[in-house]
Amino acid sequence: MTANQWMQIIAYFVVLLVLAIPLGSYMAKVYENKPFFLSKWFGWLEKLIYRVCGVKAKQEMDWKGYALAMLLFNIVGGLILYAMERLQASLPLNPAGQSAVPPDLAFNTAISFITNTNWQFYGGETTMSYFTQMAGLAVHNFLCAASGMATLMALIRGVIRKETKFLGNFWVDMTRGTLYILLPLSLSFTVILIQQGCPQTFANTATATLVQPTSYDQPVTNAQGAPVTGKDGKPQMTHVTVTEQPISLGPVASQEAIKMLGTNGGGYFNVNSAHPYENPTPFTDFLELLAILLIPAALCFTFGAMVKDSRQGWAILAAMFLLLAPMMYLCGQQEQSGNPLLNKLTVGAHGEALGDGNMEGKETRFGIAGSIIWASVTTAASNGSVNSMHDSFTPLGGLVPMWMIMLGEVSFGGVGSGLYGMLAFVILAVFVAGLMVGRTPEYLGKKIQTYEMKMASIMILIPPLLVLVCTAVAVATGGAGTNNPGAHGFSELLYAFDSQSNNNGSAFAGLSGNTLYDLMGGAAMWFGRFWLAIPVLAMAGSLAQKKVVPESAGTLPTHTVLFVVMLTSTVIIVGALTFFPALALGPIVEHLKMIHP
Amino acid sequence: MTEHVKARKLFEGEITRKAILESFKKLGPLHMIKNPVMFTVYVGSILTTGLWLQALTGKGEAASGFIFAVSLWLWFTVIFANFAEAMAEGRGKAQADTLRKSRQEVKAKKLAKAEKDAKQTEILSGDLRKGDLILVEAGDFIAADGEAVVGIAMVDESAITGESAPVVRESGGDRSAVTGGTRVISDWLIVRVSSNPGESFLDRMISMVEGAKRQKTPNEIALNILLAALTIVFLIVCATLLPFSIYSVVASGAGKAVTVTVLAALFVCLAPTTIGGLLSAIGIAGMDRMIQANVIAMSGRAVEAAGDVDMLLLDKTGTITLGNRQATEFIPASDVDVKELAEAAQLSSLADETPEGRSIVVLAKEKYGLRGQEIHDLKATFVPFTAQTRMSGVDIGKRSIRKGAAESIEAYVKDQGGKYPEDVRRGVDSISRLGGTPLVVAQGKEVLGVIHLKDIVKGGIQERFAELRRMGIKTVMITGDNPLTAAAIAAEAGVDDFLAQATPEAKLKLIREAQAGGRLVAMAGDGTNDAPALAQADVAVAMNTGTQAAKEAGNMVDLDSNPTKLIEVVKIGKQLLMTRGSLTTFSIANDIAKYFAIIPAAFAVTYPELNALNIMRLATPQSAILSAVIFNAVIIVFLVPLALKGVKYRPASASHLLQRNFLVYGVGGLVVPFVGIKIIDLILVGLGLV
Amino acid sequence: MLKEIGTQLRLSILFVVVFTVLIGLIYPGISTLIGQTLFPRQAGGSLIEVNGKKVGSEIIGQPFDDAKYFWSRPSATSPYAYNAANSSGSNLGPTNPDFVNTVKGRVDALKKADPDNGAPVPMDLVTTSGSGLDPHISPAAAQYQVSRVAKVRSLSLTKVEELIAQNTDGRWLGFIGDPGVNVLKLNLALDSLK
Repeated sequence: MTANQWMQIIAYFVVLLVLAIPLGSYMAKVYENKPFFLSKWFGWLEKLIYRVCGVKAKQEMDWKGYALAMLLFNIVGGLILYAMERLQASLPLNPAGQSAVPPDLAFNTAISFITNTNWQFYGGETTMSYFTQMAGLAVHNFLCAASGMATLMALIRGVIRKETKFLGNFWVDMTRGTLYILLPLSLSFTVILIQQGCPQTFANTATATLVQPTSYDQPVTNAQGAPVTGKDGKPQMTHVTVTEQPISLGPVASQEAIKMLGTNGGGYFNVNSAHPYENPTPFTDFLELLAILLIPAALCFTFGAMVKDSRQGWAILAAMFLLLAPMMYLCGQQEQSGNPLLNKLTVGAHGEALGDGNMEGKETRFGIAGSIIWASVTTAASNGSVNSMHDSFTPLGGLVPMWMIMLGEVSFGGVGSGLYGMLAFVILAVFVAGLMVGRTPEYLGKKIQTYEMKMASIMILIPPLLVLVCTAVAVATGGAGTNNPGAHGFSELLYAFDSQSNNNGSAFAGLSGNTLYDLMGGAAMWFGRFWLAIPVLAMAGSLAQKKVVPESAGTLPTHTVLFVVMLTSTVIIVGALTFFPALALGPIVEHLKMIHP
Repeated sequence: MTEHVKARKLFEGEITRKAILESFKKLGPLHMIKNPVMFTVYVGSILTTGLWLQALTGKGEAASGFIFAVSLWLWFTVIFANFAEAMAEGRGKAQADTLRKSRQEVKAKKLAKAEKDAKQTEILSGDLRKGDLILVEAGDFIAADGEAVVGIAMVDESAITGESAPVVRESGGDRSAVTGGTRVISDWLIVRVSSNPGESFLDRMISMVEGAKRQKTPNEIALNILLAALTIVFLIVCATLLPFSIYSVVASGAGKAVTVTVLAALFVCLAPTTIGGLLSAIGIAGMDRMIQANVIAMSGRAVEAAGDVDMLLLDKTGTITLGNRQATEFIPASDVDVKELAEAAQLSSLADETPEGRSIVVLAKEKYGLRGQEIHDLKATFVPFTAQTRMSGVDIGKRSIRKGAAESIEAYVKDQGGKYPEDVRRGVDSISRLGGTPLVVAQGKEVLGVIHLKDIVKGGIQERFAELRRMGIKTVMITGDNPLTAAAIAAEAGVDDFLAQATPEAKLKLIREAQAGGRLVAMAGDGTNDAPALAQADVAVAMNTGTQAAKEAGNMVDLDSNPTKLIEVVKIGKQLLMTRGSLTTFSIANDIAKYFAIIPAAFAVTYPELNALNIMRLATPQSAILSAVIFNAVIIVFLVPLALKGVKYRPASASHLLQRNFLVYGVGGLVVPFVGIKIIDLILVGLGLV
Repeated sequence: MLKEIGTQLRLSILFVVVFTVLIGLIYPGISTLIGQTLFPRQAGGSLIEVNGKKVGSEIIGQPFDDAKYFWSRPSATSPYAYNAANSSGSNLGPTNPDFVNTVKGRVDALKKADPDNGAPVPMDLVTTSGSGLDPHISPAAAQYQVSRVAKVRSLSLTKVEELIAQNTDGRWLGFIGDPGVNVLKLNLALDSLK
């Protein structure tokens, strides 16, 4: 990698840290119900929402109550979203006249957006109306992010409270998270994005006259729409000349902002943040990158502040960074070295020149550095937006995003869900480490016993099972829809279910959807989200009831370098042991074949 | 500490032979299913055996020889794990047998009521029931556990404690408990039987060491959950590999799909068989080490809790200090010669058989060369200590020497018209402040001076407390002394805290408060008045010499009746957990190397390129798979000694221990199999087996 | 329990509705209001008008393969290149033989259009972008085409290079992102020279 690329990476992490620290302590105030400037200005709105909905804000919930509210809310949200997609043709704000979304795709998409996955088996500008995008998809970008943070807060309260069963009020956490964290951040970000060139309009698709008309060959179809074959047995083609360029527009900026901040990743356009309207300049790229990790990183500091030991937050952040940084390097090194099969064609300078390296599927304005930082960061976090096409990465470069997802979305991960996923690994690491020092393991004074192990095991078990089983079903039924032959086709399928089961949403986008994939993926996203969130809440409930063991020299410290190494190794080993065979049959063998053709 | 049950050699011939036999007997499915990890291996063995039989008919998925070899080693994996368990149980049984020898059926004299001349009936010890009264006379074995209700006797308890000196057992008070299997050597006792047959101390002890009644402990259950989760993951990894492989064959257009045999081999290698196979052996061995320390734990749970203890309550007397105070100094009154004081003090103590009295005689002899004289030669009359006078002394002719507590002597002197000097009062105060006991000596109406009696802190105890502090364990000294004295001794011994003027209620309160603060408390006790506190403590070691009530309340009994044993108990508990944790880490870290052996081999025909991952350069795909399976089986046997002995424990802080064990078992576990598999591969090739 | 479910269900529905109004309508409404007021050009898509006619967007690329124009990067949108109503990448894998052959074809086309140019072909000029709408080519890719465009248009190399410099978007703060030459703006500038 070049010096400039290193500088971009370093600048990224430094600025991220500078922003995350204050945001983290601010968020702690929001969830601890302490007063702060925004609550003074918008307290009336918060109270109004409680009154309209009938929320009893003072009434706390035990874990079952919290889980019930969380689940019901998500189910209701999903159903309404499904209905909106199916009915979009008869709803307002549909200037392009999009028709109803087919049932299986609508099912997949509804679950995708309530689970913070934002997996897209569709192209935004060709499928969804402005209304569906804005009042459906974007709303859930906010709400599922707030729901993830609320679940995390219940867990943190379980850790810090003692001998109680109450974990807070789900509706209050949802409202405050949305009103005081997501909305203000999104609104400010929207304004910057518009200034940089993201459209924010309700006007219909614009049409421009091409400077140089272009042409293409189109297969001739008969009245039934079937292709017509010529005398030579080949499909008959007509030459079509195009003189106009239709340009899709819409309320892009407001959706883009929350898509990045809420680790949602569902693009307004098909190509997501590679689209110049979603991500027009290197500056917006840098900001959007920051937005991906901002809240997940800040939540580590929120955690530190709430458990009253900032070192605990730093330790977790350090482990997350250690999981991400080497992978980012591997990705950068592979992509900059380029594709040896192309390098043979006397293409490129084979050095570190600009515009060199593996540029297939990458935008010029982001270059290799902007693309590889994004690819690794968007998959480390469960954002899943892309600014380059992972499918066209070199095999090992493409392994990196796949691998980051396989780690279970715990290196930063989704807003809320990343940290609670990581805490499940912390509990696993604490358990093994605790035994190694000869004591019943404890974390932050709470004893880790059978019940916690059960819940943590479920959390660690579910996502890999979903990935492997869904991929197995897909390949066993023939593995249809792949865009590339051989091992790369296998990678596309593996990536698809990896991404959905772990609620990431990015893709080896060559894979085209079908009813089986829609339904199976929908189920994987659902279980991948809520079969983790419910054990988290159950664990929170159990932890809250425990006493706090006072710290002593015999207590395993969970803020040391050693523990961070132990935690990092636990995450890596679990991921590696689960996915090594699958990776060997996908990207690894493709890489070996590529370098030894 | 008396090494009553000798530490056994690791692999005693007899035990090993029996264990080998036992490991085959344990192959029944009902036994296997108790251990989920090993059960999956068991199923894998049966499956591959079936595949081998199929291959023999010529319709196999691979060469029958290869399938046979894999199948054979899978069976070995199961058997080795059974062997580890059988070894641990065998060692326990061997100890139980030693114990059992001391307990043949004996005849007991059952009494109709608690009087020596009540009607007697002869009855076998096995027929005794709780509440029966028996008479035990000199030369009789005590037929069952119980409590002396009448009489006093010398009892030889060497069968239980290994201590050869007989002990006194008498009705009432704290020395009333007797243990079945011990023998009365003088006088007689009437004993009320306190347990039904099969529930006596020895019975419990035997069943514990045999592992027959072993229940899984909380940490063991939690670990089992983790291991089960990992096993499920690997099961799915291997199961899904079949469709992946079939797809890859189609995609690459080469080779054929991976065989079920290879997948079974891969699964067994990945499943945490090392820890899964050794888990129960580790638990049994933990109990075993307790027994070797002469402590009987009533449950595995108690052993495990011992590792968690973070507060120790220790009785001052006998644990922190030598049992008795000793004279360390003579402080004469202003106009008295120190020799005169020493002589008077010695004379007054000649007939005093208490350890304090003897220490005064010794001090006078050592410091001032005063030879003790025989009380008979002096024609002296000894005045014993009474609760009323609170003095003792001697009358020789006209000399009447008295020694006693300051107030008593003051009253005594003033009664005779003498006066109590100020400097003596000061001396008394300063000794009290230092935590000592002042003993004032007077001759007639003249006060001669003060003897400084001091609690002697046991040698080396300070270091032990420092050690405990490093382990994060808080020590609290319990004493009946006043706070001033207690503070001084506490400071000298280096305990973290003390409870002075301790009453049973105060002890109980202290424990409850500590537990409410999240601490786990261990204590030792022997008296009936200790029982509530023992019952409340998380780890409660009752002294074997203690009362039945104390033993019932505790969850461990120390046969040596040595309260310092608490520290030992904590170590054994920690060692048990550490062994589990370390072997789990080792087991999981092992998997990495196994992947590098098996994955390139499994897909060699589909993707020959994957041979780049064969970083061990194993000879052939078959040898690679076999080597991994063999390593996986053999490592269990290699680790049996570690499981039985426990990992090395040094008192250190948690982070220090983690660092060491993570390096040894984590990093070691990563590296060892690479070497091991390569060596096995070389041997297989060398022997021409592949 | 059933009553509790009922209460929470009612709350869920109300909550989704309230927040759909707040986030789904009010939030984008306010955003649009701010955008249209403060940055009307960008909010409308940064469209370029020449002589009252929309000729494209500043930040959306267009296809060029005429020798007199700077060529854009290949585009994988369908059915034709640079269809800004259907953004798409090629999603071709690195070892896909079709992909390697396609690239080879593009190299040949470039060489055919400018046979005298012996310089290595810049990678970005023969690979599709992620969006299929990339408005930029790398400075190296522009440099590669300078001689061809200058020759066809009978312009001096310096004049063309000057226009390239004028239409290059640099890195942010001098080091974030990669510089790119805006092909549409560059070609419009060339056309306006007449």
